Amino acid sequence: MRFSTLARHMREGTKNVFRNGWMSFASMGSIVVSLFILGVFMLLALNVDKMAAQLESQVEIRVYLQLGTEQAEIDEVNRLIGRIPEVKKVTFVSKEEGLERLKQNLDPEARQALEGYENENNPLPDGFDVEVFDPQKVADVAKQIQAINNSDASKPILQVNYGQGTVEKLFRITNAVRNVGLVIVAGLAVMAMFLISTTVKLTILARRREIGIMKLVGATNSFIRWPFFVEGVLIGVGGAALTSAILLYGYSWLIGTTQYDLGLMLIQFASVREVGGFVAGTLLVIGALLGIWGSTVSVRKYLKV
Amino acid sequence: MGCDLAVIEMHDIWKTYPDGTVALQSVSVVIDRNEFVYIVGPSGAGKSTFMKLIYREEVPTKGQLSVNGFNIGKLKPRKIPYVRRNIGVVFQDYRLLPKLTAYENVAFAMEVIEASKRQIRRRTMEVLDLVGLGHKASSLPAQLSGGEQQRVAIARAIVNNPAVIVADEPTGNLDPETSWGIMKLLEEIHFRGTTIVMATHNKEIVNTLRKRVIAIERGTIVRDEYRGEYGYEI
Repeated sequence: MRFSTLARHMREGTKNVFRNGWMSFASMGSIVVSLFILGVFMLLALNVDKMAAQLESQVEIRVYLQLGTEQAEIDEVNRLIGRIPEVKKVTFVSKEEGLERLKQNLDPEARQALEGYENENNPLPDGFDVEVFDPQKVADVAKQIQAINNSDASKPILQVNYGQGTVEKLFRITNAVRNVGLVIVAGLAVMAMFLISTTVKLTILARRREIGIMKLVGATNSFIRWPFFVEGVLIGVGGAALTSAILLYGYSWLIGTTQYDLGLMLIQFASVREVGGFVAGTLLVIGALLGIWGSTVSVRKYLKV
Repeated sequence: MGCDLAVIEMHDIWKTYPDGTVALQSVSVVIDRNEFVYIVGPSGAGKSTFMKLIYREEVPTKGQLSVNGFNIGKLKPRKIPYVRRNIGVVFQDYRLLPKLTAYENVAFAMEVIEASKRQIRRRTMEVLDLVGLGHKASSLPAQLSGGEQQRVAIARAIVNNPAVIVADEPTGNLDPETSWGIMKLLEEIHFRGTTIVMATHNKEIVNTLRKRVIAIERGTIVRDEYRGEYGYEI
C-alpha cells in the first residue's frame, strides 16, 4: 500500500466518524455505557481483592518451643525453619517479649493479674513468628515445621499455631469473593458485546449501500475495510478514554469524601494511583477491540458482493 | 479469446438463480469496441441479469463470458475489482454516496485505483466540466436535481476511462427533457470512443437515436438489429 493511500484511509476513517454523526454517537454511547458498568465492577473487584489481601497478610504462624530449650537448639530450629522455601521471615520472640505482647492485648485490669510473673516466674515459652510469602500456604508450612520437630530426637517444639480452622474459613471466603467478582466482570464483558452488536447491526444497514457502491467502482476488499477499521478503533478508543476519565474522576471523588468514615471501619480503598493505570489500560484495550470487532463484522457481511 | 474488436462476448450463457428462476437461457452475443447497444424487452425478461453479468455482479451458471478479455466465469474473486475498474456502471437510481459531495463521489472512483492527488484533482474537475457540473462540485447529492445526480453518476463512471459503460435504465427516473440531456451526454462519451450498453424502456429514445437493438424475452435474445426499433407498445 502506498503511503498516500494509508494517509487517505486514516483521513477517511476520521471523517466518517463525523459524517455518520448520530451513528458514531450511538456506537460510542453503547461502548461508554458498557465499559462504565464493567469499570465500576472492576474497581469493586480490585478493592475487594485488596481487602482480602490485607486480611490474608495478617495470617502468620506462631511456633512455641519447649520450656528450657537450649540456645543452640533454638538457633538450630530457627535455621531449619528459615530454610523452608515458602518462609519469608522468622523472628525470634523471647518469653519476655511474649509476656509484653500478652499484656498489651489485655485491658488494664486484667493486666494486673499478670503482675509477679516477670523474669524467672515467667511461665511462657520462647518462640518464633513465621511469615510466609503466600498466606494461602500457611497450613502447608505449619506441617513442615511440625516435621522438623518430628525428625529431631529432643522434640524442641511445643506447639505450631496458625489459627487452624479460622484461617481456612477466611481463605474460603476471600476466594469465593474473588471468583464471584471474576464471574461478574466476565459476564458484563459478554453483555457489553451483545449491546454493541445491536448497534453494529443498525450501522450495517446504513453501510450496506455504501459498501456496494465502493465495490462497484472497483475498490478491493482491503481498500474498503481500512477506513472502517480506523473508524472502529477511533470510536472504541474514544469511548474507552471518555469512560476512564469519568470513572477515575468519580472514583477519586468517592475516596476523597468517604475515607474518614470508612477509615474508622478499618476499610482502606485502593488508591487511584494503584488501580488507575490498570483500569484505564484494560478499558482502552477492550474498547479498541470492541471497535475493531464491530467494524469488521459490519463490513465483512457485505464484502462478498 | 475472440477477435480484437470484441469487448463483450457471450457464448451459450445460462443463468439460473438459487430460487430456481431461469433468467437467461442460451444467450450468445458479441458486442464490439465502440458500439452503442440498446437492450430492450419486457420487465422481468432478463435485461438486468444480462447487465449484471457484464459487471460481474452475477456469475453465469453455464457458458463462456469474456469482458475486456477477462474470462468472467473463471475470474478469481481477488481479481474482480480490477475488471470493474474498466467498466463504468450507471443506474436508474444514481447510487451516489449521500454524505459525499459531487466532487468526492467522482474522486472516490480514482482514489480506489490509487491515483495521485494531483491526477485526481485534475481529472475529476475535467469530467465534472464534461457533464456540465463543474460549478456544482461541492454540492451534496440531496442538493442536486435528478438529472444532475445522474450526470454525477456518469462522471464517476467515466472518470477512469473505462472501455465499456453499462447503463441500466439511466433515464428511468427522469422527465423527457432531462432524459434527452443525459442521452446527449452518453452520445458524446460514445463519440469519444467508449462502448455503451444501455438497458431501456424508453421507446422514443430508441426510435429516435437509432442504434443496435437487442431484444430479450423470457431469457433469450429474440431480435438483434442494427439501427433497430424499440418494437414494443408500452
